[in-house]
Amino acid sequence: MKSRSVIGLAALAAGLALAQASALAASAEKGKAAFVQHGCWQCHGYEGQGGVTGPRLAPNPIPFDTLSNFVRTTSRQMPPFRKEILSDEDLADIYAYLQSIPKGPDPNSIPLLNP
Amino acid sequence: MGLGIKGLHKEELMARRDKTPQRLTAKGPDVSRRKFLSTAAVAGAATAVSPRDAARAATAPVADAAASPARAPSALRPSARMAAAETGTPKELAKATGPDGSDFMVDVIKTLDIDYVCSNPASSFRALHESLIDYGGNRKPEFITCTHEETSVAMGHGYFKATGKPLMMLCHGTVGLQHATMAIYNAWCDRVPVICIGGNDLDAAYRAPGVPTYHSAQDINAIVRDYTKWDDQPVSLQHFAQSFVRAYKIAMTPPHEPVMISLDLGLQQEPVRAHERETLYIPKYVPTAPPQADAGAVREAARLLANAERPVIVADRCARTANGMRLLVELAEALQAPVIDQRARMNMPNSHYLSQSERTAALISNADVIIGLELGDYWATVNAFIDNGHDGLGVNETRIKPGTKLIGISSLGLVTKANYQDFQRFQSLDVDMAGDAEATLPALIEAVKAAIPNDRRAALEKRGEALRKAKADSHERTKAAAAAAWDASPISTARLSMEIYAQIKDLDYSLVSSGNVSGWPNRLWRMDKHHNWLGGSGGAGQGYSAPAAIGAALGNRDIGGRFSVSIQADGDLMYTPGALWTAARHKIPILSVMHNNRGYHQEVMHVQRLANRRNRVASLGRDLGPIGTSIQNPDIDYATLAKSMGYWSAGPIKDPAELGPTLKRAVEVVKSGQPALVDVWTQPR
Ligand code: HEC
Repeated sequence: MKSRSVIGLAALAAGLALAQASALAASAEKGKAAFVQHGCWQCHGYEGQGGVTGPRLAPNPIPFDTLSNFVRTTSRQMPPFRKEILSDEDLADIYAYLQSIPKGPDPNSIPLLNP
Repeated sequence: MGLGIKGLHKEELMARRDKTPQRLTAKGPDVSRRKFLSTAAVAGAATAVSPRDAARAATAPVADAAASPARAPSALRPSARMAAAETGTPKELAKATGPDGSDFMVDVIKTLDIDYVCSNPASSFRALHESLIDYGGNRKPEFITCTHEETSVAMGHGYFKATGKPLMMLCHGTVGLQHATMAIYNAWCDRVPVICIGGNDLDAAYRAPGVPTYHSAQDINAIVRDYTKWDDQPVSLQHFAQSFVRAYKIAMTPPHEPVMISLDLGLQQEPVRAHERETLYIPKYVPTAPPQADAGAVREAARLLANAERPVIVADRCARTANGMRLLVELAEALQAPVIDQRARMNMPNSHYLSQSERTAALISNADVIIGLELGDYWATVNAFIDNGHDGLGVNETRIKPGTKLIGISSLGLVTKANYQDFQRFQSLDVDMAGDAEATLPALIEAVKAAIPNDRRAALEKRGEALRKAKADSHERTKAAAAAAWDASPISTARLSMEIYAQIKDLDYSLVSSGNVSGWPNRLWRMDKHHNWLGGSGGAGQGYSAPAAIGAALGNRDIGGRFSVSIQADGDLMYTPGALWTAARHKIPILSVMHNNRGYHQEVMHVQRLANRRNRVASLGRDLGPIGTSIQNPDIDYATLAKSMGYWSAGPIKDPAELGPTLKRAVEVVKSGQPALVDVWTQPR
């Protein structure tokens, strides 16, 4: 157990550098597909809107480093996605997708939410 | 079939046993009007080798025995004719006439004012079936044809929660009961009474061979004994009368639970036995008062609550009735304490400022005293389980501060059994009361009012004001969460819920089941009446929602003026789609709106979780979720499915803009007395 988490951390450090580089070239379109393919939609909804199974991720996602660090290492309800199963490139694309999600309407302007 | 043989045989044996018949006054309401079978008619009907021949053959050894002082044998050597009869093929005998056992059973059943019997027909209760419709006039109870025994039970489950009255379900004691078991388990976990009757042909020497024998068992009740409150297998009509009334009484005493009676086909089919003709009676049903918690413990709980700084009330199956809701409000107001409604029942009007379920995490972690009222799972109320341990086991964490006092009132401990684990994890409490919460609330409220020191009243009022503001703030946060992905396709569950609400909010609605839509209706619809929300399945056994919703809608239809609406999960519907036919057949008005996320979503997440834990990419095949968890390829067309069963239907709707107008049309259909289903492709949760 212990040795695996050490390796994990080393991989994580290398991964972060790579991820930052590729984030520049990231594609929101590819990210939308990756968000589905990797199962993020399951707990966060197809638009990252969140719900009882996972928090809201978009619009205005948390900074990439924080997000990436969380996704790789979390030990809470969300299962971690290590580099072996989610590439830095895919994660960068996912981030681009989350950034591309526009702000929704103001809840007070939606008649159905103010019956 | 040897029906005549069987009936006659037992009658004759009775006649022999009953040497000095006593005429007693019949106590039951219907016994006196019976035309009882005469012994002469029985004897006259006998042909071929009758039991009477056996009796005659028996006289010789008895005479010998009289000559010598030695003991008379208890069994007789078979005569040549008897031996031939036993080894040969029994000849058909003339059918005995007289009042039928199952007619008497109907008389018993009718004393309990049971509205419906939900059933998939089966030979092992054919006699009772025939008596119910022909002797009983198919009224009280009326026969509801179900296409699966799981539906029969779940309809009774929903019906009780809508009306407070139990239904009866009739099934084959073997293959039918095997179908019914999951639904009985749900009812057990949800503390709901259902009177289950299983037909069973016990007499191996006389029952029909082949299928009816496959469908017989020594002890059919064994498979449900772990999750029924009581069961019996009556062997005489008088025994049946006592068992049925007892079963009803036990089921209807809180904690409510299902009960089971194994009903011998022979007993149903035979005429009333000679010795019972003048003595049969129907016991009077008198409801049992529900158990109240110990008075001393109630005072101690009141003292802790009255002196608490941050008391929290948590309610799960607390309000059995509308009065239970009123009492809970009274307790909360007396204490100015927030209420977390865990929603197995409609416990607290959600528009009340002390209804604070949205703030569960903060309230629990800050509480100094917590009182749990009929909690299904006290442990998980004050602890968290994180399903992400490195070793494959979950992580357990406390959610409360050290020193938080825990109080509980629950009737659960009164019916705890060992095998099935519905009692949940063990949680130690500081004041633990066995008793029915609703029945105990009046005493608790009185004790709390008496225990609040005068100098604390101002502080309590201040606490109430703070809670009012916290409620308003949390409502804004809930609205903001609901607005996210408002225009998304697939349609968000918040949008789905609010589009439905827009169409029904001015009706006296009853949300009879709601799938897994993140609780949006409970969070955003105004729910002030006990029937606005009926709670969930209890045991989380799939196949509950569709039939239970229809059973509840049947109850709501009969009460009148209520509009039944259900948010129906796709996976759940596919267990018991035949329930839709029952709704159409019996003209049960209900609006079913599909929460169609095209998967067994809980399992989608579970398998993903395991794949990640093992550092493997989950294989999706052609689907959205890990292989085996999706309901896609092909997609199920629920509108066509419902239409084929006699529903008005529409969908699948993927564009949120189309939802409102379609639901409006569906509501009109339901108002006209028909069931309607609208299929909607939704976000996962
Ligand atoms: C099985 C459910 C599940 C899946 C699948 C899942 N998440 Fe999560 N996620 C959660 C939960 C639950 C949390 C809340 C924190 C916790 O308890 O772990 C969370 C939290 C997060 C957070 C932190 C949010 C914040 O504001 O702190 C991010 C970022 C995130 N998830 C991204 C992702 C991405 C990207 C994916 C897909 C690669 C994904 N998640 C897949 C359940 C899931």
